[in-house]
Amino acid sequence: MLNNIQEFYNILPLIIIGGLILVSLIIEMYSESSEKILPWLSIIGFLFVGIYSLVEVGRTSIVLQNMLATGGVVNIFWLIFNITAAIVCLLSINYIKKYGAYYGEYYIIIQTSVLGMMLMAGAKDLIVIFLGLEVMSISFYVLAGFNRNRSSANEASLKYFLLGAFATGFLVYGIALIYGKATTTSIDAISLNFSALSGNVLFLTGVLLFLIGFSFKIAAFPFHMWVPDVYQGSPTTVAGLFSTAGKAAGFSALIVTFAALFGGPHGHLFTPYLSAIAVFSMLFGSIVAIMQTDIKRMLAYSSIAHAGYMLIGLASGNIDGVAGIIFYLAAYSFMNLAAFGIVSILEGKEETNLDLDSYAGLGTRSPFIAGLFALIMFALAGIPPFAGFFGKYYVFIAAIKSDLTWLAMVGILSSMISVYFYLRLVVIMYFKSSETEDKVSYTASEIIAVVIAVVFVIILGLAPGSFIDLVTKFL
Amino acid sequence: MQIPIEYYLILSAALFMTGIVGVLIRRNAIIVFMSIELMLNSANLTLITFSSYLGNSIGQIFVFFVMAVAAAEAAIGLAIIIALFRNKLTVNLDEINIFKW
Amino acid sequence: MLTEFGKVFAFILTAVMFVLIAVFAAKLIRPARPTKEKLTTYECGENPEGSPWVKFNIRFYVVALIFLIFDVEVVMLIPWALVYQDSGMLGFLVGAIFLILLGLGMAYEWRKGDLEWARPKITPLVLTKTEPPEEKQEKELNLGE
Repeated sequence: MLNNIQEFYNILPLIIIGGLILVSLIIEMYSESSEKILPWLSIIGFLFVGIYSLVEVGRTSIVLQNMLATGGVVNIFWLIFNITAAIVCLLSINYIKKYGAYYGEYYIIIQTSVLGMMLMAGAKDLIVIFLGLEVMSISFYVLAGFNRNRSSANEASLKYFLLGAFATGFLVYGIALIYGKATTTSIDAISLNFSALSGNVLFLTGVLLFLIGFSFKIAAFPFHMWVPDVYQGSPTTVAGLFSTAGKAAGFSALIVTFAALFGGPHGHLFTPYLSAIAVFSMLFGSIVAIMQTDIKRMLAYSSIAHAGYMLIGLASGNIDGVAGIIFYLAAYSFMNLAAFGIVSILEGKEETNLDLDSYAGLGTRSPFIAGLFALIMFALAGIPPFAGFFGKYYVFIAAIKSDLTWLAMVGILSSMISVYFYLRLVVIMYFKSSETEDKVSYTASEIIAVVIAVVFVIILGLAPGSFIDLVTKFL
Repeated sequence: MQIPIEYYLILSAALFMTGIVGVLIRRNAIIVFMSIELMLNSANLTLITFSSYLGNSIGQIFVFFVMAVAAAEAAIGLAIIIALFRNKLTVNLDEINIFKW
Repeated sequence: MLTEFGKVFAFILTAVMFVLIAVFAAKLIRPARPTKEKLTTYECGENPEGSPWVKFNIRFYVVALIFLIFDVEVVMLIPWALVYQDSGMLGFLVGAIFLILLGLGMAYEWRKGDLEWARPKITPLVLTKTEPPEEKQEKELNLGE
């Protein structure tokens, strides 16, 4: 199993999260005050694992009989997942009481989903990808319908479950076909044989089905229909987790299999397909988001559009593109999490205050929150000094390097469309007078969570080069 | 004599298509879910076929994992469906429409 | 010339045809004089009591869900049991960890009360001499017949 003590240190993040789940389960079983202990225990665990992954980032290795990779890009993904999950837990402490569904399992299920994501990002074998994906997805199905007495949550959960399981069917069948031709499920072995395999119809069908399965998870165009409904119906903090860590995990699996299934830097077999779904995701997400009146639905369509921008990086197929995606994912995770965090602060009991109109006059009612929200909207729209701009910049540059200038052009066009609906919200907040004069009430933990996310957005915007250098070093 | 591998593959592809069509046209949540299970099982059949013909055991190991995961998924899914049924007294997907599809 | 599978197929076809022909031939020949008594469901000679399509108690459902998970997770133990002798202490540890995890899940369900068979409260019927419950008497009379 473990060859030496060094392997143990390399997979320590996974072991810690696994142990955290078991400890939390026992606390939930026997402790009366588990609702006070569990969120802080989870946050401490996530932060520790995140920082540990960052410290150990240089130590690349392949452990557990070629099943898992650690170090390098994998650890950067682990950092993103864990920090995101810690922020979600911090936001949830107050939100979940307001939402009226306090069950201690909430934090345990978030921990389980993070374990699944970490497995996906580190996978060196298609079996591990499948297992990680399912651990994550099954946790997400439960989280979406967490308030089992509310029919909107039930509906979101059922839709997510049915479409997610449908996608899993495609994924497993795709892996079966890939295995049939490649005679192995080891990602490294497949990527060595890629040029021999890539002419085979069976193999290509398998890759296509695999891609379809993951298109569901990352919410790309033809398979996006669950996104708005699920985000609208599930608890807001959980929707934040789906749209950030969930999407990052989906992309991490695509990046892990990039060399094996899509040919890596030299294969352009899937470029037309990937470009097509990128274009449709971007344009569809941006245009439909304009028509939304519910803030969570608007953020859902914007999340579809962002999946499109990230797919540009995958379509361009070079190292810059992959590094660009990872930067984009980090920036997008913090931006979107901050946005969902503010929505969860402003949300009233029984899913009220979710209309765009309920944000009117926020600039005078709570200048601080309005300022943060405006900043996030600028960042999501991709306006220069913030991280969102650099994410798009790196991805578009990668596309231009691979002679896909038209794709970058469509991306810029779509960004300009999306500026409209992001800035419309800013206009509503500052220039539309509201009927109520109520101040927004919030707790310290919520505002700290949002501020942390915003600080990350600003840091990534100020020093994008160092992050890109760190990623490129390991690619 | 041995059955040619194509027969198995065609059978599993047919099962897979049956599953897809079932998901797309049936409107009862439980039957849709059964169609999804059919898709997973057709993938299992493919894996077993390849495993047997290639003479390596990776496919069979994968099938064990798929089965275990499918069981967990089935339990979660049925629990979700029963939670929905308690609130809305229906499992017909056309009547579950608080949100626009 | 038939292949081996072709022969099997021919056998299956013959078997199916045999049954179908017998059933349809009987339907053509036999007299059909249905009465109400003949059309009722046969329940060992008793008169049927209501429709068989009753709703089961929700408590069976929880038990079924728990059974579903634990039953299938045990499938993982089969390959483990096959190689158990060769894999020594490491194999034992892996299996032990797996079983401990399953046991912890079971303990969690137990502790959370999902395994309790919550019985409905039965309020005992109080019979007083001054007010004899009339419905009860009627039922007893019916039973007496």
